[in-house]
Amino acid sequence: MSALKIKKGASSHSAYDLRDPNAEVIGSHTLAVMVDNEAGVLARVIGLFSGRGYNIESLTVAEVDHEGHRSRITVVTTGTAAVIEQIKAQLGRLVPVHEVHDLTVEGPSVERELALFKVAGSGEKRVEALRLADIFRANVVDSTLESFVFEITGTPEKIDAFAELMRPLGLVDVARTGVAALARGA
Amino acid sequence: MSRQMTGAKMVVQALKDQGVDVVFGYPGGAVLPIYDEIFQQNDIRHILVRHEQGAVHMAEGYARSTGKPGVVLVTSGPGATNAVTGLTDALMDSIPIVCLTGQVPTFMIGTDGFQEADTVGITRPCTKHNWLVKDTSKLADTIHQAFHVATKGRPGPVLIDIPKDVQFATGTYTAPREAKVNHYQPKVKGDLAKITELVALMEKAERPVFYTGGGVINSGPGASLLLRELADATGFPVTSTLMGLGAYPASGKNWIGMLGMHGLYEANLAMHGCDLMINLGARFDDRITGRIPDFSPKSKKAHVDIDPSSINKVIHVDIPITGDVGHVLEDLIKVWKSRGRKVNKDGLAKWWGQIEQWKLKRCLSYKNSDKIIKPQYALQRLEELTKGRDRYITTEVGQHQMWAAQFLGFDAPNRWMTSGGLGTMGYGFPASIGVQVAHPDALVINVAGEASWLMNMQEMGTATQFRTPVKQFILNNERLGMVRQWQQLLHGERYSHSWSESLPDFVKLAEAFGWKGIQCKDPKDLDDAIMDMIDFDGPVLFDCLVEKHENCFPMIPSGKPHNEMLLGDASTEGAIQAGGAVLV
Ligand SMILES: Cc1ncc(C[n+]2csc(CCOP(=O)(O)OP(=O)(O)O)c2C)c(N)n1
Ligand SMILES: [Mg+2]
Repeated sequence: MSALKIKKGASSHSAYDLRDPNAEVIGSHTLAVMVDNEAGVLARVIGLFSGRGYNIESLTVAEVDHEGHRSRITVVTTGTAAVIEQIKAQLGRLVPVHEVHDLTVEGPSVERELALFKVAGSGEKRVEALRLADIFRANVVDSTLESFVFEITGTPEKIDAFAELMRPLGLVDVARTGVAALARGA
Repeated sequence: MSRQMTGAKMVVQALKDQGVDVVFGYPGGAVLPIYDEIFQQNDIRHILVRHEQGAVHMAEGYARSTGKPGVVLVTSGPGATNAVTGLTDALMDSIPIVCLTGQVPTFMIGTDGFQEADTVGITRPCTKHNWLVKDTSKLADTIHQAFHVATKGRPGPVLIDIPKDVQFATGTYTAPREAKVNHYQPKVKGDLAKITELVALMEKAERPVFYTGGGVINSGPGASLLLRELADATGFPVTSTLMGLGAYPASGKNWIGMLGMHGLYEANLAMHGCDLMINLGARFDDRITGRIPDFSPKSKKAHVDIDPSSINKVIHVDIPITGDVGHVLEDLIKVWKSRGRKVNKDGLAKWWGQIEQWKLKRCLSYKNSDKIIKPQYALQRLEELTKGRDRYITTEVGQHQMWAAQFLGFDAPNRWMTSGGLGTMGYGFPASIGVQVAHPDALVINVAGEASWLMNMQEMGTATQFRTPVKQFILNNERLGMVRQWQQLLHGERYSHSWSESLPDFVKLAEAFGWKGIQCKDPKDLDDAIMDMIDFDGPVLFDCLVEKHENCFPMIPSGKPHNEMLLGDASTEGAIQAGGAVLV
């Protein structure tokens, strides 16, 4: 893994080649699903995951093509190779789904998440929070005499790490967007 | 051909343009405008059902016996929720259904209006796709899309929810050819390289078997013809799931019978012992595989399926081929012929020798009686007395269903309709009406259990009203027979609520609806009684009193491998241990 913690596509063999030596290994995959932005499409995708017992670690959705009414759903899920293949095939057969990409295996990709952290405190702790925020390149988007709201973007791991550091310094509330991801290169 | 019209009129116009000749439905407040349009035309026939579940099963029977989509029209709220079982049944068995539901007007949606239900929410997991149409100008386009989605790729039920104000409002009609259907175009051609790989295996295989399923039927009659051509040319044995019966003829020389939980000994052992399994349009259902790690352990497996999510879902296969069975068979035959029509003759001869050995077990034999009608005997007689005719069979769910699959022979596709995936008691009777509506002159028989049959018996009125001369052949064991069998084998013979208590007098019931009722309990009278049923020009309720405690064999208990099949009562003692008992 690189410094950015981009998961390199370990393999990109055929969708059906499930006799992988890692077949029983549970891995995390980031899927990009292009859908028609029609009523109920998100319910359809979520219903598929709950109905068939798949995990959702993170989910983001927004219309990315206003003229074509296309939305991009980014979903981070976990499962064995066989389960991930099944998830992709099940997503692929939903009528409003146009494309399903497994960014984790299709090649290098970048992943980013945005989070807001409210940290309350005074004195040493307040100074330390501000110092750490600077190291993590988090911005202060709101401040009172007793609190800050930090905005941070990065990989989910980076945001997790920031959360760990803020906890003893008076972390009150967190809002995270979930992962947005794109394949690298042209 | 753009025209202004009301939404209600559009519905009828779109159905006509889709070639629909019959709709199964039930009116209510939220579909009154559509019913008003139906009243004012004569091209589309409306069959008034007695319960919306019946409407969907009728549409399924219609669809499965014609290859055309079945159409259902019901009202909002309870009309829609009553249709849910039928939609789920059609989803599990991949049957094309277009279901139109009324909805409260758009401005009332979300207010808990009278007869409001979140129909698209409720039916999302039990349809292939569904739509709520909020704009009249999109209605016709949506209906055309619905027919496209229901029938293309792996068929299935779709639903269009139409608020009442959308039915009243005026908009522009869209003709079928202008409809936006381009995006949903499932791939039908299989990958030639994979097909060639399969041919190479077929040329060498010593113990091949064709494992065929409902996909062959759904692919259309052409696929059945191609299957026959290929099986007969290669000499490979053919077995089929419950859903695929008739694709390869039961009278064909390569037919080795149905496989699965109540399949034939030779078919299941052929699956277990084969070295090449060619799955054509079947989906490795748990009724077929038994215990997964022991499923056909020594074979190379190829799987042809139009739905990529069916492939490698439960069984890992060596040669996955995504495509329509008919298209793939066509290419497969071409490639096989072009490479010199090779098969492993010696291997095949030995393999058939082995299969003939297995057949000697005569796994369907049972102890007949001259005092009481054995259900198997009743079906043998039914087969004998009806087999040459233009015959369609539907069934309910239970022991009688499995016996029907075992003892009736199907030589053509689309002649056998049974609830396979969902196992819906109450399916067979309405389905038989749907079949009869599509084939008014055919002999349509529902092989039923008394308990299942009662689940949708209200449709007797429908059969009377629309003069569908359906024959209800009830194998009445006064038991929820299949449940009783499992309780005997798995639950220490504690027969908890598996009695059919307080049964009606079926003959009187028949008469009450203007049907003919027949009761038969003596094996000696059976043939005459069956002939009476066949010859009667109208619906018949045939109450065939059969042995109450007969078990259905062969049986592969849940969680057991194919080669641990139970063949008769003697073999059942302690056969099923706790591990299998948790399985359905
Ligand atoms: C709607 C529904 N409820 C329950 C079941 C479970 N079930 C499967 S077979 C069966 C008994 C069916 O009895 P009957 O129709 O008399 O057929 P038999 O087995 O006696 O031939 C039951 C209750 C089912 N399949 N469908
Ligand atoms: Mg019964």
